[in-house]
Amino acid sequence: MQFLDQPLEFTALPGALAAFHATADEAGLVAFASQVKQSGRRFIALWGSDERDRNAGFALHVAFGIGAGLALVTLPLSAENPEYPDLAAIFPAANRMQRTAYDLLGIRARSGPEHDGRPWLRHANWPADFFPLRRDTDSSLQFDTCNEEYAFVRVEGDGVHEIPVGPIHAGIIEPGQFRFSVVGEKVLRLEQRMGWKHKGIEKRFEQLPLADAYRLAGRVSGDSTVAYAWAYSLAAESLTGCTPPPRALWLRALLLERERIANHLGDLGYLGNDAALSFGLSQFMRLREDWLRLSGALFGHRLLMNSIVPGGVAHNLPAEGGAQILAQCDSIEREVRILKDIYDEHAGLQDRFLTTGRLAPALAAELSVSGLVGRASSQTWDLRTQNPIAPYDQFDTQIVTHRNGDVAARVTVRFEEVFESLRLTRLILAQLAEQPAGELATRLPAAEDGAFGVGWIEGWRGDILVALTAGTAGGIRRCHCHDPSWRIWPALEHAVMGNIVPDFPLINKSFNLSYCGEDL
Amino acid sequence: MYQLLKQIFVTGLKTETPPLPDEAMRVIGQRLEQAILDKLGRALVIRHIDAGSCNGCELEIHALGNPYYNLEALGIKFAASPRHADLLLVTGPVAKNMQVALQRAYDATPAPKLVVAVGDCGCHDGGTAESACIFGESYASCGKVANVIPVDVAVPGCPPTPLTLMQGILTAICGAKA
Repeated sequence: MQFLDQPLEFTALPGALAAFHATADEAGLVAFASQVKQSGRRFIALWGSDERDRNAGFALHVAFGIGAGLALVTLPLSAENPEYPDLAAIFPAANRMQRTAYDLLGIRARSGPEHDGRPWLRHANWPADFFPLRRDTDSSLQFDTCNEEYAFVRVEGDGVHEIPVGPIHAGIIEPGQFRFSVVGEKVLRLEQRMGWKHKGIEKRFEQLPLADAYRLAGRVSGDSTVAYAWAYSLAAESLTGCTPPPRALWLRALLLERERIANHLGDLGYLGNDAALSFGLSQFMRLREDWLRLSGALFGHRLLMNSIVPGGVAHNLPAEGGAQILAQCDSIEREVRILKDIYDEHAGLQDRFLTTGRLAPALAAELSVSGLVGRASSQTWDLRTQNPIAPYDQFDTQIVTHRNGDVAARVTVRFEEVFESLRLTRLILAQLAEQPAGELATRLPAAEDGAFGVGWIEGWRGDILVALTAGTAGGIRRCHCHDPSWRIWPALEHAVMGNIVPDFPLINKSFNLSYCGEDL
Repeated sequence: MYQLLKQIFVTGLKTETPPLPDEAMRVIGQRLEQAILDKLGRALVIRHIDAGSCNGCELEIHALGNPYYNLEALGIKFAASPRHADLLLVTGPVAKNMQVALQRAYDATPAPKLVVAVGDCGCHDGGTAESACIFGESYASCGKVANVIPVDVAVPGCPPTPLTLMQGILTAICGAKA
């Protein structure tokens, strides 16, 4: 089948997700990508793989979100000269992904005049000709650290100075490097440098059994463990032709919405705190703790790790669990409404929130921003509504959007998404109560060598993609996990421009992106 | 303002009793003299360092500040600089790219200093056990924290609960001789 009036011939991938795959040549890929951009569809991810052992050189994979679902285009590259056209010219968000593809695999975007050839994940801790994701590379080797200057872009001019921040930050937060160029208090430019937490997750997948690696997927970004485990399981189920029992799907949705609410509660507290209302932090962290304690009591893990497994779920909802969750939904909703009133009426808080860190809708679209941050800047994307997989096809999830794109908008979206997720939780519990207490998981059949599947799940931060290729003897040949933070981090660089330095923590918190999810 | 005050009043005090230290978490014998520990009391300053975690441990470290655990009420607080810290709370595994930064933060912490490693990845080697460091050791991962800097107390768990974290921190500053 064909999409967007382009000649590429796609085939549907098996499984619950509407996903389609095509192989293209360079011209075909560029034409398709341009059409995706022109028609207002989305660029999702870019990664590579080593196919030389199958006599096929290397391959570049690019994922797009089109109306019908996920469109995945593969471009074969030669083994001798693995180069491809620079897609960052069409989608700026591809820049860091292309640099990563070079650092890990040695496949290079063809240099144009504006091509950015700086390393991204490689911090001079391994040699420039060591490509860990090549299949003939011994990834257990360790190298001496050599110091390396990273070429931050310098801002010149009278009175401009730089503030270097990180990699270790001043709070309880993940490491990353920020270079601010400022005049007085005003931020002229922010440049990020990530990759500090790179721990070789993609290579690690290749050492794990396909049926067990959901645990690793669930630790790509711990705050999104449910979404990652679901996306991984979806990919594994797609490539093995496994269908989880209906009850497991309802339980998965229950867990995903619990994760969304837990994270939003924490963020809402910290957003108050970063605007000097520590009352908000105490209150929301109390609610979050109540929420996590019930998760721990019902599912055996406060953050719900290892709850979703390929083929189904690990735990049933205990007999009294439904009633307990319902009672908690009521009390949390009542309290969050009170706190929302307090936030809305607090002049000092609103003064800090409003117009701060604005990400204009047009810029959000240009940078392929999706997820919560995108929705606060008019990017109306939510897989739960637009490409729903079971059980989200059973109810009409309301997409929460806002036009202003400032901190206040991101706060509002979080509040409204809490209320929407509470509503969904009640619907899910009603369905679970009617479901017969059947199987919780279907046994995952053996995967064929080279079988390919994808999973795509709307986590609390945005859409999470897992592309999985089975290896021999129940192993994994290649697994790429893609966090929405890849596409949202660059937008933060723009959102802080013109703001004052002390507002950066507030703006950063309102984005609340994952460092480890991008560093892998 | 009335609503805000009312909410504080209605919420009331939530702080729970802190847990007791757990000697099982101690990796090496208490290195601090009893006299120092007595002086320190619980007026402890912690610098948290994420050396490569999945951020799950950070979520639970954050929880230590919530009204239930209320770590600050014990006199224990988090500082922004290692130069102000008595104790480094390090989550792992140590990413290769973070190795130098972690070493520098350790060197910048004035002696006598304590290190508490957090999480299965920060405390354990790679391998196939359930509690092993799931990321293993590789070109990009140095493995557990003790592979890079000396560790006094290890708090395993994936992630450890806030109560276990509190136990680990309290163990580091209690005077038992191992």
